[in-house]
Amino acid sequence: MSLDTSTVAKIARLARIRVGADEQTHLAQELNHVLGWIEQLGEVDTKGVEPMTSVAPMTQRLRPDVVVLENTREDVLANAPESVAGFYVVPKVVE
Amino acid sequence: MSAVDLTLADALDRLARKDISAVELTEAHLEQMARHRSLNAYLVETPERALGEARASDARRAQGQAGPLDGIPLGIKDLFCTKGVETTAGSRMLENFVPTYESTVTANLWRDGAVMLGKLNMDEFAMGSSNMTSAYGPVENPWRRPGSNAKLVPGGSSGGSASAVAARMALGATGTDTGGSIRQPAAFCGIVGIKPTYGRCSRWGTIAFASSLDQAGPFARTVKDTAILLRSMSGFDRKDSTSVDMPVPDWVKDCVGNVRGMRIGIPRQYRIDGMPAEIERVWNQGAQWLRDAGAEIVEIDLPHTKYALPTYYVVAPAECSSNLARYDGVRYGHRGEGATLTELYENSRAEGFGAEVKRRIMIGTYVLSAGYYDAYYLKAQQVRALIARDFTLAFEKCDAILTPTAPSSAFAIGEKMDDPIAMYLNDVFTVPASLAGLPGISVPAGLGDDGLPLGLQILGKPFDESGVFRVAQAIEDAAGFTAKPALLAS
Repeated sequence: MSLDTSTVAKIARLARIRVGADEQTHLAQELNHVLGWIEQLGEVDTKGVEPMTSVAPMTQRLRPDVVVLENTREDVLANAPESVAGFYVVPKVVE
Repeated sequence: MSAVDLTLADALDRLARKDISAVELTEAHLEQMARHRSLNAYLVETPERALGEARASDARRAQGQAGPLDGIPLGIKDLFCTKGVETTAGSRMLENFVPTYESTVTANLWRDGAVMLGKLNMDEFAMGSSNMTSAYGPVENPWRRPGSNAKLVPGGSSGGSASAVAARMALGATGTDTGGSIRQPAAFCGIVGIKPTYGRCSRWGTIAFASSLDQAGPFARTVKDTAILLRSMSGFDRKDSTSVDMPVPDWVKDCVGNVRGMRIGIPRQYRIDGMPAEIERVWNQGAQWLRDAGAEIVEIDLPHTKYALPTYYVVAPAECSSNLARYDGVRYGHRGEGATLTELYENSRAEGFGAEVKRRIMIGTYVLSAGYYDAYYLKAQQVRALIARDFTLAFEKCDAILTPTAPSSAFAIGEKMDDPIAMYLNDVFTVPASLAGLPGISVPAGLGDDGLPLGLQILGKPFDESGVFRVAQAIEDAAGFTAKPALLAS
């Protein structure tokens, strides 16, 4: 299968990366090149094979269900490009 | 002999004997860093902090309270968050990012007394095999081909780490390895680098690329030095859900080179088409060294080897697209202009990420998108299970596996940039073990026809770093690799 420019635009939108119309053709070629190479996985018979979900066989560890108060608001906001009164600032999202 | 030429183990001995102080050792390295700044290995130098830590180390030692790495100057890959010190992951996206916390791996090193010299350049978000994708310019390899002035790549993604250790600008360095990012640069720069078993080192505070593959490990100039560093870096951490709660052995005890009776597997499928004769020669030589040391060499099969790279280039981009979704221009990192929130996201990410990172995010987004998930991602995770099973079966016949680390020696800066797949092929021998989560080390084995170092890779069973170190020490002993980079001869 081959990606066209409209699919590239759709992927870019899903990935939230602005891709100009002038870049779409080039990107489509690049992505097709890599995806075409990946297609060889189709040769492998994987019928009945459990997909790998964990590198090391381990069971999920549980922590005690206790409330922990970590007053880290200043730390969390320290690298925010814009913050006011303890909040992140973004463009208006409701009318 | 200058203090920067010491091995880490020798430096520890001299510090213990008070032949040298931590301050003297640190000053010698800071001078070497200033001398070879043109390599672009360090993104940030922290000389004042280093000297302060060195003075504190000398004081601790005077009171008889020295830790296992006390006074040892190290470089830190810029993927590890260091509290109060810029951490960029080689990306414009994090140009002004100053973490308010410390990664577990680096915290472990400081706990044991190590001194931080600075932060090391790398491929952007650890995506690359040449250090060419760094937003802060390529790193240069201190090696040159004899009679040539062509600047060579140090490999990647931990290129700054490998270059700095080879150029004696640190006694050791941290790296991370997702598909070969420690082992391949170690081979290109003529030093030792080990990726331990997935789960040995905590991933907490290490900027994520592909979480099921990312694993930290050390670089140094001898096998024993990497064993010393790995011991400090490893250990259970409740903050990483994939951290393994197992005792950390004293791997230095394994660095004795005794491989008598060990069975060493040589995978048939690693004899790839068009493999350069020098790579095959050094591989055969390595097998002979181990045979001479009393090991038994056995041919093994890893039938799904050829599918490892395409599998990796589904799994890693898929995980990368999820992990890098956090860079939204709101919470941290670069912020672009935007009248709406979506515009702000799209512009922040378009401006903050470089071409290779965007390519991988988009591939990952595509293979995870509705209608393609089964065809790509599920299929890749199934093939990944088969690759892991290949290793499990192979380890019924052998105790460790010997392969070349990379299919070539270091190439020139700017080469292999036109075709992403040509760049991906650098990791053909390292990626399979990453997919299976196995420990792997690269040890310098000799010089190729072009006068550049070549590395041999030893892979072990899960959590058998001990076996890996034993074989690696035997290779190091037999190889007697003493060649130095051209840069240091002048």
